[in-house]
Amino acid sequence: MANETHDAANGAAQGAAHAAESAGMPQLDFSTFPNQIFWLLVTLGAIWWILTRIALPRISGVLADRQGAISGDLIAAEEFKLKAKEAEAAYDKALADARSEAQKIVAQARAEIQKELDAATAEADAQIEARAALSAKRIGEIRAGALEAVDAVAREAAADIVAALGGKADAGSVAAAVSARLKG
Amino acid sequence: MATEEASSGLVFHPMDQFIVKPLFGEGPIHWYTPTNATLWMALTVLAIVALLVWGTRGRAVVPTRTQSVAELAYGFVHKMVVDVTGKDGLKYFPYIFTLFLFIVFANFLGLLPKSFSTTSHVAVTAVLALLVFCTVTAIGFIKHGAHFLELFWVSSAPLGLRPVLAVIEVISYFVRPLSHSIRLVGNVMAGHAVIKVFAAFAAVAVISPLSIVAISAMYGLEVLVSFIQAYVFTILTCVYLRDALHPHH
Repeated sequence: MANETHDAANGAAQGAAHAAESAGMPQLDFSTFPNQIFWLLVTLGAIWWILTRIALPRISGVLADRQGAISGDLIAAEEFKLKAKEAEAAYDKALADARSEAQKIVAQARAEIQKELDAATAEADAQIEARAALSAKRIGEIRAGALEAVDAVAREAAADIVAALGGKADAGSVAAAVSARLKG
Repeated sequence: MATEEASSGLVFHPMDQFIVKPLFGEGPIHWYTPTNATLWMALTVLAIVALLVWGTRGRAVVPTRTQSVAELAYGFVHKMVVDVTGKDGLKYFPYIFTLFLFIVFANFLGLLPKSFSTTSHVAVTAVLALLVFCTVTAIGFIKHGAHFLELFWVSSAPLGLRPVLAVIEVISYFVRPLSHSIRLVGNVMAGHAVIKVFAAFAAVAVISPLSIVAISAMYGLEVLVSFIQAYVFTILTCVYLRDALHPHH
C-alpha cells in the first residue's frame, strides 16, 4: 500500500516535471543534463585528441616550414646580392685594367712609331745631304767644264778674230792674252 | 500542428527547437542515449576534422584555400594566447583551441535550418565554463601554492581598502564561471528564439514580408554573434589563465 502511494506520488511528480518542461525552457530540463554532459565530454575529448595528435603538429610544421623557406630565400637573396656586387666590382676592375693596358699599348706604339719616324727622317736627311753633295760636286764639275769651254771658245774666237784681221797669231800668245783677259 | 494553427491562429513554439530528443525511437534519455545533441556534437567534430585535418592534408608551403583558413584559425587563437597570457600560456594552447573550435563550430552549425544548437544549453556551456574555472584554479594553486591567493589581495590599494577589495575579488572570481557560461548560452538561445518568433509571424500574410526581412537581419546578426561569442569565451579563458599564471596584479 505504501509502495503504491509512493509510486503514484512519483508518477505525479514526473508528470508535473514533464508539464513544466513542455511549457518552460528545455534548457532547464535536468533529466537531459547527464546525457548532454557525457556527450560534451566525449566531443571535447575527441576534438582535443584530433588536435594534439594530427592537426596541431601538422599546422605548426607547415608554418615552421614556410618560415624556414622564407628566411632561407631571404638569406639566398642576400647572398646573390653580395655575389652581384662582387661581380660588378670585378667587372669594373677588369674594365679599368683593360683601359690602362690599352693606354700602355698606345703609348708603346706611339714611341715605336716615333722611333721609326726618327730613323726614317735621319736616313732621309742623310740621303738628301749625300745627294746635295753629289749635286754640288756635279755643279762644280759643270761650272769648271763651262769655264774651260769658255776658255777654249774664247781662245778659238780670239785666234779666229786675229786671223780674220789678217794677223798671224801663234797659239801661245793668244792663250796667254785670253787667260789674262778672262782673269781680268 | 496544422489543426492547432487553424484553431488558434498564431502559434509560438520558440523553445521547441531546444528540446533534447533521442535520435532513435522514443523513451527516457539516459546518460548514454544518442540524442540530437549527440548528433550535432558529432557533426561539430566532423566539421573540425574537415577543416583542420582534411583541409591541411597537402601540408603545402603555399596553402590551398581550406588550408589557409585552418592556418588562420590556428594563428588567430595562437596569437590570442600569446598576447594575453604570454609565452608560458602556450602549453595550454591545445586546450584553448579545442574550446574555441567547439564553440565556433557548434554556433555556426546551430545556425543551419532545422539544426540543434548544442551551445544553447546551459548544461553544455556550464560544463565548458566550469572546466575552465577548475583547470585555471588548479593551475594557479599548483604553480604558486598559497601565493595564488594574492590574486585577491590587491597590494596596490590602500591597506584599509584591501579587505573590502578582497571580498569583492573573491565574489567576482566565483561569479566568473556563471557569467562565462550564461553569456554564451544567453546570446545563442535568445537569437534562435527571436528568429523562431519572427518565423511564427510569417504565417500571417500581412506582416510576412516584414517578418522575413527581420529574420534575415536577425540571421546576419546571429552569424556575427556566433563568432563573437566564441571569441569572447576564448579570450576570457585566456584572461583567467593569465590570472592563474601571473596572479600578481
